Amino acid sequence: MSVTTGSDGIKDIRTPLTDTDVESLKSGDRVRITGVIYTARDAAHGRLMPLMEKGERLPIDITGSIIYYTGPSPARPGDVVGSIGPTTASRMDTFTPLLLKLGLKGTIGKGYRGQAVKDALKQYKGVYFGAIGGAGAVLSAFVKKLDVVAYEDLGTEAIRRLEVEGFPAIVVNDCHGGDLYQDGVKAYAREDA
Amino acid sequence: MRDIHVSSITDAVKKLCMEANWNLEPDMLRAFDRALTTERSPAGKQVLQILKDNAEKARTRRIPYCQDTGFVVCFVELGQDVHVTGGALYDAINEGVRQGYTEGYLRASIVKSPFDRVNTGDNTPAVIHVDVVEGAALKIMIIAKGGGCENRSKYTMLTPAEGLPGVKEFIIECVKTAGPDACPPLILGVGIGGTFEKAAVNSKKALFRELGSPHADPTVDALEKELLDRANRLGIGPQGYGGDTTSFGIHIVTFPCHITSLPVAVTIECHAHRHKEATL
Repeated sequence: MSVTTGSDGIKDIRTPLTDTDVESLKSGDRVRITGVIYTARDAAHGRLMPLMEKGERLPIDITGSIIYYTGPSPARPGDVVGSIGPTTASRMDTFTPLLLKLGLKGTIGKGYRGQAVKDALKQYKGVYFGAIGGAGAVLSAFVKKLDVVAYEDLGTEAIRRLEVEGFPAIVVNDCHGGDLYQDGVKAYAREDA
Repeated sequence: MRDIHVSSITDAVKKLCMEANWNLEPDMLRAFDRALTTERSPAGKQVLQILKDNAEKARTRRIPYCQDTGFVVCFVELGQDVHVTGGALYDAINEGVRQGYTEGYLRASIVKSPFDRVNTGDNTPAVIHVDVVEGAALKIMIIAKGGGCENRSKYTMLTPAEGLPGVKEFIIECVKTAGPDACPPLILGVGIGGTFEKAAVNSKKALFRELGSPHADPTVDALEKELLDRANRLGIGPQGYGGDTTSFGIHIVTFPCHITSLPVAVTIECHAHRHKEATL
């Protein structure tokens, strides 16, 4: 079991994730992620897609993994990384269902996911986490190690292997159809808006 | 005629790029504080507090507030009595961007061509707008414009019959569709009137006004306040997790328009509202 609940009510997640782990996560849950996660955004997904379609081996093992949609800023000398917050997830929507089918368990980003992704989260048992967009300076402190593992020529868009410790996020879309964005708006919308 | 050497323009732009990304302007910090007193949502409050901490971390560690260090949009007010010496004005600005982004450990986010998508490596070129004005000063205003929020910017050409109600509906619709994608609390720059491109440029210019300051025209000021109140009743909240703080400000710039036209351009700006200016 890689998901446990801390005394503060925050769920501690250790990668990789299983179906049971994913099932225990509900939209609105605050989490702390520890272990290895991978970064990939537009250009890297563009390169992974043809490999997946041809059934070829990917440069990273996505089984049970979490992909973080981000392109960090360069590290200052002595730092692990610069600023590293999430980018808009919906741009990766075309790629996500196939990745989930092949064993990916989680993605971290910001913003709405399309219906096809939400359906795939249910079908293949996956979870979409929100990290705070624009909080890249704060989030950098949770990254303990960083290695570029594929597509170095893409610069900030290269695939990086991150070792994170207690990386804070919130469950936006769970595998049961829960959606934090819909619930949040419902709770706070005032009718005369 | 007053001579201004290109090297001082480059130096100024370099400094503005770094400072904009490391140090949020006081108007933004005040906006966080104000919202913390009014926000009802615990999740929203927590986001606001983290963003405040983020600003502090960025400032003290001299790392960017957001990893998307933006597309540099540079507005220049060039006094007509200024003579730029030693090179070209645009080259001087781009050289400042190059130095600022490479020496400041800021991310290179610009690709050479919209088709081949190869990164230029130093965040150049900037988008540069020059207005020639009276006098012998050179004012440089930059904004490091984030891509995620820019992608939710919108334009529409309304009919005169659709009028003010149409304008209001369009602006509120922009806030809804931007939602959590654009990193709320948002700031909206709105250009109304002029032509297609004039409205768009004015929507960017509108972002430079100090947050919370009133519009000079009381009618427009009332409209801005009405729209801001409506935006904050949508319930989207900080990061879209639900709450009362969906927008920090809606700034409008108007321009005369053709009898057939009512153009409205909305630039969506995120809470990483990084703007700085300098006068030489």
